[in-house]
Order: sequence, then C-alpha cells, then structure tokens
Amino acid sequence: MKVGAPKETFPGENRVAMTPSSALDLQKLGHTCFIQSGAGLAAGFSDKAYEEAGVTIVTGESQLWNDAEVVVKVRPPTEAEAKLLSGDKTLISFFYPSQNTDLLEVTNAQGAAAIAMDMVPRISRAQKMDALSSMANIAGYRAVIEAGNNFGRFFTGQVTAAGKVPPAKVLVIGAGVAGLAAIGTSTSLGAITYAFDVRPEVAEQIESMGAEFVFLEFEQSQDSAATGGYAAPSSPEFREKQLAKFRELAPEVDIVITTALIPGTDAPKLWLKDMVEAMKPGSVIVDLAAERGGNCELTVPDEKFVSENGVTIIGYTDFPSRMASQASTLYANNVRHMLSDLTPEKDGVIVHNMEDDVIRGATITFEGAITFPPPPPKVQAIAAVKKEKPKEQTAEEKKAAEAANMAKKGRQQVMLLVAGAVLMGIIGLFAPPAFMQHFIVFVLSVFVGFQVIWGVSHALHTPLMAITNAISGIIIIGALLQLEASLPIVTILAGISVLIATINIVGGFMVTRRMLQMFQKS
Amino acid sequence: MSYEFQTAAYIAATVLFILALGGLKNQESAKRAVWFGIIGMAIAFIATIFGPGVTIDAVLILTVGIGAVIGVIVAQRVEMTGMPELVAALHSFVGLAAVFIGLNSDMTAHDFPSYAEQIIHEVEIFLGVFIGAITFTGSIIAYGKLSGRIDGKALILPARHLWNISMVLASLVLMILYIQGAGSWTLYLMTLIALVIGAHLVMAIGGGDMPVVVSMLNSYSGWAAAATGFLLGNDLLIVTGALVGSSGAILSYIMCVAMNRKFLSVILGGFGTTSGPAMEVDGEMIAIDADGVAAALNDADTVIIVPGYGMAVAQAQQTVAELTQRLRSKGKTVRFGIHPVAGRLPGHMNVLLAEAKVPYDIVLEMDEINDDFPQTDVIIVIGSNDIVNPAAQEDPNSPIAGMPVLEVWKAKQVFVSKRGQGTGYSGIENPLFYKENTRMFYGDAKKSLDELLPKID
Repeated sequence: MKVGAPKETFPGENRVAMTPSSALDLQKLGHTCFIQSGAGLAAGFSDKAYEEAGVTIVTGESQLWNDAEVVVKVRPPTEAEAKLLSGDKTLISFFYPSQNTDLLEVTNAQGAAAIAMDMVPRISRAQKMDALSSMANIAGYRAVIEAGNNFGRFFTGQVTAAGKVPPAKVLVIGAGVAGLAAIGTSTSLGAITYAFDVRPEVAEQIESMGAEFVFLEFEQSQDSAATGGYAAPSSPEFREKQLAKFRELAPEVDIVITTALIPGTDAPKLWLKDMVEAMKPGSVIVDLAAERGGNCELTVPDEKFVSENGVTIIGYTDFPSRMASQASTLYANNVRHMLSDLTPEKDGVIVHNMEDDVIRGATITFEGAITFPPPPPKVQAIAAVKKEKPKEQTAEEKKAAEAANMAKKGRQQVMLLVAGAVLMGIIGLFAPPAFMQHFIVFVLSVFVGFQVIWGVSHALHTPLMAITNAISGIIIIGALLQLEASLPIVTILAGISVLIATINIVGGFMVTRRMLQMFQKS
Repeated sequence: MSYEFQTAAYIAATVLFILALGGLKNQESAKRAVWFGIIGMAIAFIATIFGPGVTIDAVLILTVGIGAVIGVIVAQRVEMTGMPELVAALHSFVGLAAVFIGLNSDMTAHDFPSYAEQIIHEVEIFLGVFIGAITFTGSIIAYGKLSGRIDGKALILPARHLWNISMVLASLVLMILYIQGAGSWTLYLMTLIALVIGAHLVMAIGGGDMPVVVSMLNSYSGWAAAATGFLLGNDLLIVTGALVGSSGAILSYIMCVAMNRKFLSVILGGFGTTSGPAMEVDGEMIAIDADGVAAALNDADTVIIVPGYGMAVAQAQQTVAELTQRLRSKGKTVRFGIHPVAGRLPGHMNVLLAEAKVPYDIVLEMDEINDDFPQTDVIIVIGSNDIVNPAAQEDPNSPIAGMPVLEVWKAKQVFVSKRGQGTGYSGIENPLFYKENTRMFYGDAKKSLDELLPKID
C-alpha cells in the first residue's frame, strides 16, 4: 500500500504524521511511503532525511492525496481535504468525530475509511497507538516549561551566598497523563508539588511521582474504572468542597497547572476569578484545558496574558506542536503501530478487521457507513478496582448470633453455678459451722478480687504485683499469734516468719511507691 | 484490745486493701491507692499486736525491727530492671512463712470440739504447708532464672509429668495417713515432696514464660496466706489471701491470652509442641549503622519504639528516654508500643520507661497502637523478638502461631537493635529480621543508642 503524509495545513501546526524512522518501519511492513515536500520541515525533518529513508517526495498537496492509498495526518482534515478522499482510500488522523459531525458526513460521503487516532480504545493492547496519551505527556511536560519560562524564580529552593531562595510551589489539578507528566517534570525541577484529582485512587500514582496528594474529605468518591479511566462530572456538593480547598491553596502556590477534562463536555471551571486574585503577583497559571474553554475562568484560548494583579495566565492550545520534533516522533510511532495492526501479514496488504476491538473502536467510517460511536469494547477498559467490602451481617443475623452467643454463655454459667452449688452442698453436709463462716468470707473475697483486678490498667501490672506481694505479707498476723508458744522451736520458726513477712511488707510497699512516683504525664 | 474491736479493725483493713487494689485503675489514683494499702496493713498489724494472744516482747520488736530495716534497704537498693527478681524473691518469703506457720500449728496441741473439725484443721495444715512449700522453692528457682544464676532454658526431665503426678499422689496419700493419726513425719515428708514439686515445676518453664510464672507464684502466695487464714480461723488472712490469689490468677490469665498459650501448658512447662516444620525464611538480614538510622529518624514524622527485655538487660531505658525527648522536641510524634508480655514481668516495660521519665501517655498498649503501624515512618525495635514476630500470624507451624503480636513490619521502615544474629530467648526464628523494610542495628542496645543520640539533629 502507498502510505502518504501531507503537510499540515492548520495554521501554526508544526507536527507531521510520518518521520524518517517511522517510514523505515512502515517499509518493513511492505508499504511504500510518500511525503509532501516540506511536510517535516517545521518538525526538523528535511526532505533529504526522508529521501535517505526511502520515502518518495511528492510536490503539491493534491498530488499526494491522489497518489496515496493511506493518508496519515495529525490534525483532522479540512472539508476541502476530505473531499480529496475516494472510496479506496483510508485516512488515519485525529478526528474528534463527536465534535466534527459535519466533517464525518463529508468523509463518509466520499466512501473512504477513516480511522480516528483519538478514538483508540484505552486498553492495554492499544497503548502503543494511544496518541492522546503521548500528546498529553508532551503537553504536561511543556506546560511546566512554559510556566518556568514565565515564572521569575527558581523552581528549587537554594541557599546561596547571595541569599536564600524558597522553592516554588506547584499545584497540578487533574492527574491524568498530562497531569502526571507535569508532576514529574515539576518535581524533577525541584519544586514542591501538590496535585489534586477527583479520583481518589490516583493518589498513589500522584505520590509515586513525588507530589503530595491534596486530600479532600468526601464520602462519595468516583470510581473511574467504570468510565474508562476518565473523570466524570462531580456533584455540586463535591464541587463546592473542591473549590473551597483551592481557595485555601491559592495564596500559597506559585504555579497552577490545570489539566481537568471530562470527555464529551466543556472543561469544568475550577480556578475562579477570586482565586486568581488571591494569588501572589508573578504567579503563573497554565491552562491545558484551554482548547475546551479552560479550567480557569480568565483563560483566553491560544493566548498568554497577565491579569490585573500580575498573574500570568497561559491558554496555549498547541503545546505538543511547540515541541514538534518530539511530538512528531511519538505520533508517527503511534500511527505506525496502528498500521502494523492493520497489516497483520506484513505484506503491505491492509486488512481492515472490524472484529478487532482496537480497529473497530478507532474506525469511524467504513465501506460507506458511519461506524461511530463504536460498541463498547469486549474487554473492560481498566481492571476495575476490586471493592472487597466485608460481608455485612444483617441486623437480624447479628441479633441471632448474639442471642446464640448469650445462650451459650448462659448455659455455661448455669452449669458452673450448678456444679458450684453441688460442691457447696457436699461441703455444707460435713463441715462444721465455724468453717462455713470462713468459707463464705473466702468465696466472697475471691469474687471481690476478680471484680477489682479486671479494672487495673495494664501499665500498672508490675506495681499491682508489688502491692499484692506486700499485702500478702499479712501472713505476719499468723506468725505473730504463734510467737508465744511453749515450744522453743515454734517460737523460733514464728520469729523467722515474722522477720521475713516484715521484709515482704515493708519492701513491697516501698517498691510500689517508688514505682508509682515515677509515672508522670507529659 | 478486745476481740470485737480487733475484728472491727480487721474489717477496716480489708476495706482499705480492696481500695488499694481497685485504685490501680490509673496512674494518678494509684499513688493514693498505695497509701490505703500501707494504712490498712498498719491497722491490721497494730490491732494484732495489741490484741488478745500477743504480748509485745523483745523477740517481736527485734524481728519486726530487723525485717523492716532489711525491707527498706532492699527496696531502696533494687534497680528497676531487677524488679522481676525482687518480686520473685519476696514471693518465696510468703511461701516460707506459710510453711513455718503450718508446721507450728502441727506442733502446738489443740482440742477439738468434734472429729470433723479436727479433720478440717489437719487438712488445712496440710494444704497451707503444701502450697507454701511449692511457692517457696518455685519462687527461689524463678528468682535464680530471672537473675541469671540458673540457666534460663527449660529443664525437661524424662517423664516429668509422671513425676509430678506421682509426687502429688504421694502427698495425697501422706495427707490421708496424717489425718488418720500416723504422726508428724507424714507432714515433714510431704513438705519435702512439695519443695521438690515447686522447684521442678518452675525449672521446666522457659525464660520466655517468666511473666506467667511470676504472676502464678503471686497467686500461690495469696492462696498460701488464705490457707493459713483458715488454719488460724482468721478472716483477715482469708480475705487478703483470696484477694491476692485471685489477682495473681487474673494476671496469669491475661499473660496467657497475650501469648495465646493455654494456662496449663505454661504451668506444665515445655515449649514448642508444634505439628510441622517451621516456615523457611528467605532473604538475609541487612545491617545498618548509626548514621543510617539517624538519617531515617531525622526524616521521619512518626516514630514508634517497641522495647523488650533487651532494653532492660542493656539498661538502655535512660538513653531511650533521651532519644524520645530529642525526637519530640523536633516536633516528631514518638510513641511506645508495649506488648503485654514484653519483659519478664507483666507491665515491666512500663515501669522501666516510667523510671526514665518517659511520659506515660505516650506509652501505649498493643491493642491501642497496632492499627497505627501502617501509617508510621520508623519503628525502632529495642531488644524484643517474639512479640514482633510475624511468624505468629503467617506460619501456622510456628510455636507462637496465633499469639497476638505488634505488627511492626507494616510500617515503612523498621530498625531492630539486637546484640547479634542469633534467635531470641525462646529460640524461634524471626522472619521480621529478613523483611525488605527491616534493617538490623547490631550491638548492645545502650551502646548503639548512645552512638545514635548525637547524630539526631
């Protein structure tokens, strides 16, 4: 097949859909490559470089559209360009079919097959052709560079002989691909970076890039797995909380980079006028959502301007194009991967397999019919985060379990009491009354002891042991009563007992006191 | 002093003793509680010496005086790390006193109104002596083990259960003979047997189980006092003995729960009745020096220190306290995680830390702190081993399987201060030391920490 890349006609567009290196790879797939003369110039690829890579240089736009069987482009075609397509041709480019419905009709009317690079489904297998991500990555990086360019200070904090420089504080709103790239760039430049996203599960990714996740206390959180990894519109209450948090951060941060986009709608307004006013003069806002209206209220698309209080607001929409060489390399590679999926036998024959999830998803017109929007992919976009909620018992089950437990305990207690009663009965049958009196005292004391000791603080177990030790020295009373005996041996033994019991009492109490004195509050 | 007045005094003493024990609910009321105990004891003592049956003579004054002086000296001299030994030694005194009182009762003749009462009296003598003798030798052996004079390892004689059972049975036979009037020799023989039982019981218990042993002996000393109370018909002795006995029993129970051991299996001794081979431990122990630990501590916001017996052995509590103070003055959160059986005595670590003036409100129990480990930056394990052993949860064949442990390995970083690579007191391999987030900080705990201190800035 003849694969051709025309020069981009959109004003200011520097990228190109084919690079000399991607052309080499395409030729390995059995394709022949064409390029419009001068198409790569703005991205830093001369005609000579293409020629060396075996690409045929074609002069004139109409010639290329005529010669090529597969046209690869960056921007969506203009209507004039679309009319150059015919039934046997395939177009591969960004298309944004949901916004460009007229263009879609025109393209379909020509009977050509169109593959929209922006419609590549977000599944692992298709990552190599995910041009949106590769462009977003560049945009995120470039946003920080643009911000730095307009920011009058260092990113990193320094202590120099000429004085101390505080580090810049950067807030990144929206932690998608662009946001994460911005975080990475910003932290590697040495700034203190904060990041916010409505999807709490990206907190880990944010932290892995070295930024601090701005945590928002809110019960209802979004599950992005259901929306293909994108954020969904949030509730008004949530939005309020979010704005309050931003308001709190506004006076602190030096650079704000907003990347919040919700598929299919205008960009949410997250950085309001009052927040801009609260920022320090010299601060910079880079609005990566400017193309869709901007996240900042004051953003003017495609322009950079300075607000009344000296905050620079950058609303460029062409960040990837500003790094045309890098962007072209990545985009051309994405396109090349798409073509290699379309050429399974590597024999230069395109097989437009509509059964394939990726190809089906990206194809918007095919054989004279509009095939947009595609059916949902068979493979779930992102492995859903497993939500393992412990199986909650219903109130009744709980009650039943409790009742069973209580019944069991009750049975045990009854058994114990019965056994105790039988034992008491036996003792009562034989023992004399004096003994029984002592026995009552004994049993009651054991009960009191159990009740009292359970309340003792764990930390005081050693003092408890020392004090019970001292108290058990009460045995001295027994010894005292035996001191006056007729037998000398009895007196001697009793005397020793009094002596050691006294050691016990005095030592025990003193040690306890010493220990307790030491416990003090902070 | 009349008998009735003496009884009233005894009632007051009883109430004061109960208040003394109940006052140990928290640290502040405890300081008052100990005075209740002292006053109660003073009342009981005075009521007895001025009461019927006792004359104040030289012997009494001399023995009490000498005993008090020795008690004061001992209490002032003892190091807080030596508390377990002291408590064990004091238990033996109660046991010995109970034995002497029992023997004395046998020697002094009595008239009994009925045969039943005579039998009961004789049974009481026998029981008092039996429990007292076991407490006496058991405590002495425990003292020896705790102070390192006797090897801490469990001494397992062949057929030791058979020995114990036959000795108990022999004592029972001797009791029956004694009741039937065979003479005092049966009592003396039984005393000897009971002394052997006490020694043998505690010899078979390993060093790691000492907290249970000490609290068990505490309980025995209480029962011995209660038995003496029955013997002399003295309610104060009965009440106090019962209080102490139940207190010790509860403490033993708490310790056993903390180690997930059956009380009986601790008492009967022997350790390591497992059903399979222990889990293989992969990886290696990675050592770290003081600089590394200091760097991590300087970066950390939250620190938890888990002390064990090793801290007590190295007398490192002062250094630990200083480290704590320094870290806290930097605005870091420093707390202590105390396992119920850390050390050789229930609550041992609390006392040591209190001695070093670590505020008690940052010293937390296992249950209070276990959930906080995942959010903690640095854990310092000082001389503890089994109480932080993940094998208790991970390896069903481990001898300590199921024992509740401090889950230190869930923290971001763990430093283990340890003398060497060997296994701990209980001889169980500890997989914690091989975990990726664990670093071994070898050396004597005090020396290591002294080296670490100046590096914290």
